[in-house]
Amino acid sequence: MSSISEAMTRDHRACDERFAAAEGAAADGDWARAASAFVTFRTAMEHHFTVEEETLFPSFERHTGMTAGPTEMMRMEHAEMRELFERLAVAAAAHDADDFLGLAETLNLLMQQHNMKEEQVLYALMDEKLGGEAAGLLAALAR
Amino acid sequence: MHPAGLKLEQAPPIAVPFRFFLTAPVFLLAAAALLAWGGAEAFAARATPAALAITHLVTLGYMAMVMLGAMLQILPVLAGAPVPGARLVAGTSHALLVVGSAALAGGFALGEPALTKLAAWTLGAAFAAFLAAVAAALTRAAVRSATVIGMTLAAVALAITVTLGLMLAAMHGWGVAPPSFAIRELHPAWGLAGWTGLLVAGVAYQVVPMFQMTPPYPPAMTRWFPAAVFVLLAAWSVAAWHGEVPTLAATLAVFLAGGYIAFALTTLVLQTRRKRRVPDATLAFWQLGMASIALAAAVWCVRAVRPEAPEVLDLLIGILAIGGGAVSVIAGMLYKIVPFLGWFHLQASVGPKGAPHMKKFLGDSPQQLHVRVHLLAVVFLAAAAVWPRPLVYVAAAALGASALVQLRNLALAARFYRAEIARAPRAG
Repeated sequence: MSSISEAMTRDHRACDERFAAAEGAAADGDWARAASAFVTFRTAMEHHFTVEEETLFPSFERHTGMTAGPTEMMRMEHAEMRELFERLAVAAAAHDADDFLGLAETLNLLMQQHNMKEEQVLYALMDEKLGGEAAGLLAALAR
Repeated sequence: MHPAGLKLEQAPPIAVPFRFFLTAPVFLLAAAALLAWGGAEAFAARATPAALAITHLVTLGYMAMVMLGAMLQILPVLAGAPVPGARLVAGTSHALLVVGSAALAGGFALGEPALTKLAAWTLGAAFAAFLAAVAAALTRAAVRSATVIGMTLAAVALAITVTLGLMLAAMHGWGVAPPSFAIRELHPAWGLAGWTGLLVAGVAYQVVPMFQMTPPYPPAMTRWFPAAVFVLLAAWSVAAWHGEVPTLAATLAVFLAGGYIAFALTTLVLQTRRKRRVPDATLAFWQLGMASIALAAAVWCVRAVRPEAPEVLDLLIGILAIGGGAVSVIAGMLYKIVPFLGWFHLQASVGPKGAPHMKKFLGDSPQQLHVRVHLLAVVFLAAAAVWPRPLVYVAAAALGASALVQLRNLALAARFYRAEIARAPRAG
């Protein structure tokens, strides 16, 4: 049985791989592959966000009483990333490599610094506060 | 109020880091000009007045300038604790660092003790203000991660470097004899293998996997490298200070250099296993930096076991570690930091829909031009250490070109940001 940290960090890396596949295809100019890889990546990210926003964050907020703290910032960064997903989808549809790769670069830095904050601070706090319920909470991730 | 505005309260205003980043290439340009002025004489030995002046223009005016600016920016994120009085500390330490770096270089180049004294006061104050703020942030850190421990050791190494430097300044400026002449070896060792190396390694563990999606560093390396480097450096310092057992000092130096070779090669191997295949200037600068650090450490090994080896090796170590290693890594980092900070602050004003992406701030080709020119500068500087007579002017020209390309690139990104923010409707 893995901890919240381990499971969620592993999911970050899985999303990273899908991101790299989409970006690589766009760099090759293979837009059919880029578009399908991007949809796979976006779906994986949305699933990860949903697990956090609907299961992990509310549980963390209930346990700690911190509703305006780290989870609020994470939700804001999710919104910023979703905005970039939208713009990436437009660039992919237009076969605009410059825009797609520039947006991908921006998304990567936003996503990686976001992941770093979650992995180094928030997930560690969740293991501490919600460790006992990890199995139940992480069931959402498997769905 | 725009929701993203909340987040910005944690980050200092963009002018704070940008001031440091845009000043740095000017000092690199000054170093190139001084090399052209000093000519082949500058490279006659490692401690000629011109060589000392050039070294400090780069290590203080360029390296410390960016490292301080970036650390004030990144500490709140990495340590989960704000830097108290970040704006005041940044403004003060930036101004003092500018004056102090210029004064120290002037003191060396002109042999003017009054300038050295001015440098000692201003640089001492600049680093004291910076280190006090960093110490306050690190003691309040929310988590004791490997990064926080690495940053702490780097900051302690900086404090030791500054203390040793002030002792040397007391000698040059006030004629006060240092407690041991070994501090002429210890000061650069703590500055490069201590502060700079530990900060580069601590940053590498975080950003190398992030930027290129490489596998993580081996956990044994992230956990033990900073502490091992620190302990070896301290033990080597004691051995070098007493000077009675030269073989012990040499052995410790070889282990220390070996650690850096292992770190640099690990980084290069991890980068070959990256998942993001699209290469960029930052990757190229890191590769140049790591190859230079490995070479500098290898030459240091030779120098440690063969004290009778020619002094040109000392020049080579300095050129490879500083010009090839630290300056390259820093240049690569700036091409991620500057466009990202620009995008980040802009999207907080105009919203994420309207903010132009990072490559609009600075495209790939100006960055790649900088990679090529800087590679030439490193090659010619290293060659000029061995054959200064014809090559020192070529090296100075290449270094000056590298500084100019970087200054133009960073200024383009900053100008794009200002134009966009001027166009943007005022938020909240």
